[in-house]
Amino acid sequence: MVGGRRFGERVLRLYLPLGFFLVAMLFPFYWMAITSIKPNRELYSAKIMPLIVHQPTLQHYVDLLEQTNFLTWTYNTILVAVVTTVVSLVLGAMIAYPLARLNFPGAAVVAIGVAATYLVPQPLLFIPMSDVINRLGLSNTLSAVMLTYPTLLIPFCAWLLMGYFKSVPRELEEAARIDGASRFQAMLRVVLPLCTPGLLSAGIFAFTLAQNEFLYALIFLTKSDVRTVPVGAITELIRGDVFYWGQLMAAALLGSIPVALIYSFFVDYYVASLTAGSVKN
Amino acid sequence: MAVRPASVARPAPVAGRPFALGRAVEREGVFSWLMLVPGILFLLAFVAYPFFYGIFLSLQERRVASAGTFVGLANFAALAQDPVFWQVTRNTFVYTILATLVKMVGGLAMALVINQQFRGRNLARAFLLLPFIVPTVLSTVAWMWILDPTFSVINWSLLHSGLVKENFSWLGNKTLAMVSIIGVNTWRGLPFYGITLLAGLQTISPDLYEAAAIDGASVTQRFRHITLPVLKPVLIIVTMFSVIFTFSDFQLPYVLTHGGPANATHLFATHAFDVGMSAGVLGMGAAEALAMLPALAILIVGLTLYLRRE
Repeated sequence: MVGGRRFGERVLRLYLPLGFFLVAMLFPFYWMAITSIKPNRELYSAKIMPLIVHQPTLQHYVDLLEQTNFLTWTYNTILVAVVTTVVSLVLGAMIAYPLARLNFPGAAVVAIGVAATYLVPQPLLFIPMSDVINRLGLSNTLSAVMLTYPTLLIPFCAWLLMGYFKSVPRELEEAARIDGASRFQAMLRVVLPLCTPGLLSAGIFAFTLAQNEFLYALIFLTKSDVRTVPVGAITELIRGDVFYWGQLMAAALLGSIPVALIYSFFVDYYVASLTAGSVKN
Repeated sequence: MAVRPASVARPAPVAGRPFALGRAVEREGVFSWLMLVPGILFLLAFVAYPFFYGIFLSLQERRVASAGTFVGLANFAALAQDPVFWQVTRNTFVYTILATLVKMVGGLAMALVINQQFRGRNLARAFLLLPFIVPTVLSTVAWMWILDPTFSVINWSLLHSGLVKENFSWLGNKTLAMVSIIGVNTWRGLPFYGITLLAGLQTISPDLYEAAAIDGASVTQRFRHITLPVLKPVLIIVTMFSVIFTFSDFQLPYVLTHGGPANATHLFATHAFDVGMSAGVLGMGAAEALAMLPALAILIVGLTLYLRRE
């Protein structure tokens, strides 16, 4: 039997703080969910106890799907995220491979350049970028964001994959080369398959980053039918001073589902990519 | 078998030999650059070029859809005279420093809590990371409603528990609005610290603690002499990352307060957006965005060098 004192200590050191963190981190999602199913008379009443739903309704979801372009926004968001993730993975891997495994002139400059590019935040670039996209005639096309998102994602993928590529022993590649494989074949058939976890981690992280992007989408996508979910919600469910809270929460919840779903399947890969740069074993 | 470093400077294989092209591609230097070129060209076109073009814009009097005229440093001089610019500068530093401190301490606490043995630890870790993965704009919308002037659930709880007599205007009062954006930034970023530091903690062998305990080291001593030194590199990298992206934050203040009330929560990024995009004064907006550069450059160069050294 565990003594009462031991148990008390465990409550104090584990259960209380853990409970605090869980409630603090998850309450906004609970709030999002119950707000989205409250009828307006419950939402806008200071008298009714707000912590639970008294008469749940799906009206806000119906309105969101019938009165707005939410499904189009969702399609746009996912399409852009998938395309930019794939492009960034391919180009990122192509940068990471020589940096991690080959000797070539200019390697140090390229490595520093890629690391620095990863750290340049968007707000430093968005004003000149808007002019560039305008001159290319790409305003209000999904190509505008498909071209600009990879600026964030390629350096990230390259940087993350370098670590994985370095971990594959050189002998494997050399054996393949002796057997007659070209450098490209050795990379494609030997090194890349061994780095599948790294490709998955980078891909999942890039996908969530692409879904999270807001600034470029806000600037470049000003027509309803090309908008992404975050931009659509902010610009069309808030009109002037009028906030459609029920629909906003329904949109926030539905818009979070694709990311949350992918994340729930690949938590370990996601955490691996989160910690890859900062933790060395 | 040793791989000799090849160089592009070497004479090309004599033309006419079979597979000359194929052999050239097999050279380490040639192959490397063939792989690099697409990505590097892309980054030059869409990162390096906009960056230098932004510097060029900042030296111009330029509005959307009209030609610019070169004005030298006039935009920067105008900013230096503008009290709003200095308020934005102060806001950005207050926001970054306070949010970073809270996230660092809170994240360390979170990591130490989850690092204990308990059932469902992986599940708890997955749930605690949710604020960090959900798109910021969408979760910030939920926070707007939580902090609503009339229907705030925080106000409701405080009133009904008898702790306060009146509603707080979370986003309408200058100080409270700053507290609110710092709070929401903390909510979103704390798990990033927590989970990354947890990974750092897990690299510490339990034997170390046992040995130290046998030698009579107290809990505080063990924390100071074992935990902190191991965590230090992780903490430095995580903090520098987080500082860069907090300092240049746009989404959260833009959605939650839009810089208000009376510019009290405008950061460099949101204010540069209002000037450059909403008002269409590209030159001045570009100049204001570049005002972030000195502080960012120190951080970026520092972190790049630190990462290279690792």
